[in-house]
Amino acid sequence: MTRILVVAEHADGRLNAAVAKCIACAASVPGAMIDVAVLAADGAAVAAAASAIDGVKRVLLVKNAANEPALAAVLAPQIARLADGHDLVLGPSTTFGKDLLPRVAALLGAPQVSDVMAVESATRFRRPVYAGNAIATVEVPAGRPVVATVRVASFAAAPAGDPVPVEAVEVDVPLPTDTKFISVTAARSDRPDLQTAARVVSGGRALGSAENFALIQGLADKLGAAVGASRAAVDAGYAPNELQVGQTGKIIAPELYVAVGISGAIQHLTGIKDARTIVAINKDAEAPIFEVADFGLVGDLFSLVPEIEKLL
Amino acid sequence: MRRILVGIKRVIDYNVRVRVRPDGSGVVTDGVKMSANPFDSIALEEALRLRERGEADEVLAVSVGPLEAQQQLRDALAMGADRAILVKADATIEPLAVARVFLALAQRESPRLVILGKQAIDDDCSQTGQMLAALWERPQATFASRLEVTGEMARVTREVDAGLETIEVSLPAVVTTDLRLNEPRYIKLPDIMKAKKKPLDVVELGSLGVDAAPVLKVLKYDPPPQRQKGIMVKDAAALVAALKQKGIV
Repeated sequence: MTRILVVAEHADGRLNAAVAKCIACAASVPGAMIDVAVLAADGAAVAAAASAIDGVKRVLLVKNAANEPALAAVLAPQIARLADGHDLVLGPSTTFGKDLLPRVAALLGAPQVSDVMAVESATRFRRPVYAGNAIATVEVPAGRPVVATVRVASFAAAPAGDPVPVEAVEVDVPLPTDTKFISVTAARSDRPDLQTAARVVSGGRALGSAENFALIQGLADKLGAAVGASRAAVDAGYAPNELQVGQTGKIIAPELYVAVGISGAIQHLTGIKDARTIVAINKDAEAPIFEVADFGLVGDLFSLVPEIEKLL
Repeated sequence: MRRILVGIKRVIDYNVRVRVRPDGSGVVTDGVKMSANPFDSIALEEALRLRERGEADEVLAVSVGPLEAQQQLRDALAMGADRAILVKADATIEPLAVARVFLALAQRESPRLVILGKQAIDDDCSQTGQMLAALWERPQATFASRLEVTGEMARVTREVDAGLETIEVSLPAVVTTDLRLNEPRYIKLPDIMKAKKKPLDVVELGSLGVDAAPVLKVLKYDPPPQRQKGIMVKDAAALVAALKQKGIV
């Protein structure tokens, strides 16, 4: 039996879609017994959502006003305490999980396996290294706690299941007060979330300006797709940072990925390798993006994109 | 002395196309260009700018790795670091062990800030800064794209999935750098000469009394599955027709 604690990411009273993927990863560990930890100010709705995911045995709800907005320094000591009696602590490889889980690991004196993409046994995992240019098979020691983050693009969400009990838990640990949340500025969008969208349209440096980037948004709206961007487009200020796809941005696995004016640096390709179908539109026939594209179209994006939009 | 400690990791250069060795024991490193991890250069640049703005008196660059990492530390000194320490470790060293090394140095050097890269582009772990902050019992501000230091506080803008988050941390603290924090300066030839006179100490990992034994075992490395090269279509109509035919749109 492997006792697993999955850390729930949530915001505005909603469970992040990455959590069901972490639970799928956890469920693929032989003999998994899965608890989900919800640390929140209230958390009732989040805990209820987590309790209705197939594979979960128990939800541990820790209510504390200090838990929202989430700060790694505040959450980590509580999770380290909840980890007692668990063999494996899992969280999503989102910025939330990447910030938090190593802090938990250090408090536990435990090693961390980052970006688990496949589970081979209770002690053996596969993870990408060198921007996905190599896949390492890592063996963790048995009989001591291990922390891991889950590459969410590698797992399909665990399905809905019968609700399991939610247990309110008191965690009596001192919490630091030397980190203060000030603000988060998120562009509100009606579009699907980039990390979990079935379709994504991304724009690159060839768009040339933030105004021209609207072309990408138009096509995305037509397709009901999320919008992404290459690092070059974000660096140039055409798109906000949260849209960056790639090694250091978001790793995604949509059904359809449309790369417009993106040459396809290896760091970008790392982020889209798991897409079901890749479409590339670029004026340079030699662009590396065409090496991975299922459908490639060479030409001027400024005429092609409106044309495609019309034909859809 | 208001000191900033920065981490410099020697890694395969950003532009090298990394390949797995045929026997799966690792990746090809023979004759491959090595450089400082790009996120670490951003960390160093930020430390230098803070010193130039009068928010620090000394920038200390630290590497944990093989003797050859002296080259990356010499580059750091040429960029503007005041002194450097190489903690010599020949075997594999995991992030938790590196964090313990930095903790030992932080306790000795009492920096007001430790700035590290958010991840190394070789193992892509993204762990060391957070682990150091936990062991040091200090705040962390990861994935920083803006850093302002005033008095005993730092205000940090972080690149998070939702957008940009701003937090305030008491110093000392650990900051890890994201890509857009700054653009590192180029090294000038006269600075390379000057850097030769700056102190670069080499200390043995064993002398720090740190538990650095690897806990994880990498059994093998495999090349990633390759995507099949697809087809080229001649125009927008052909593309949309192909996507419709496959039931994709």
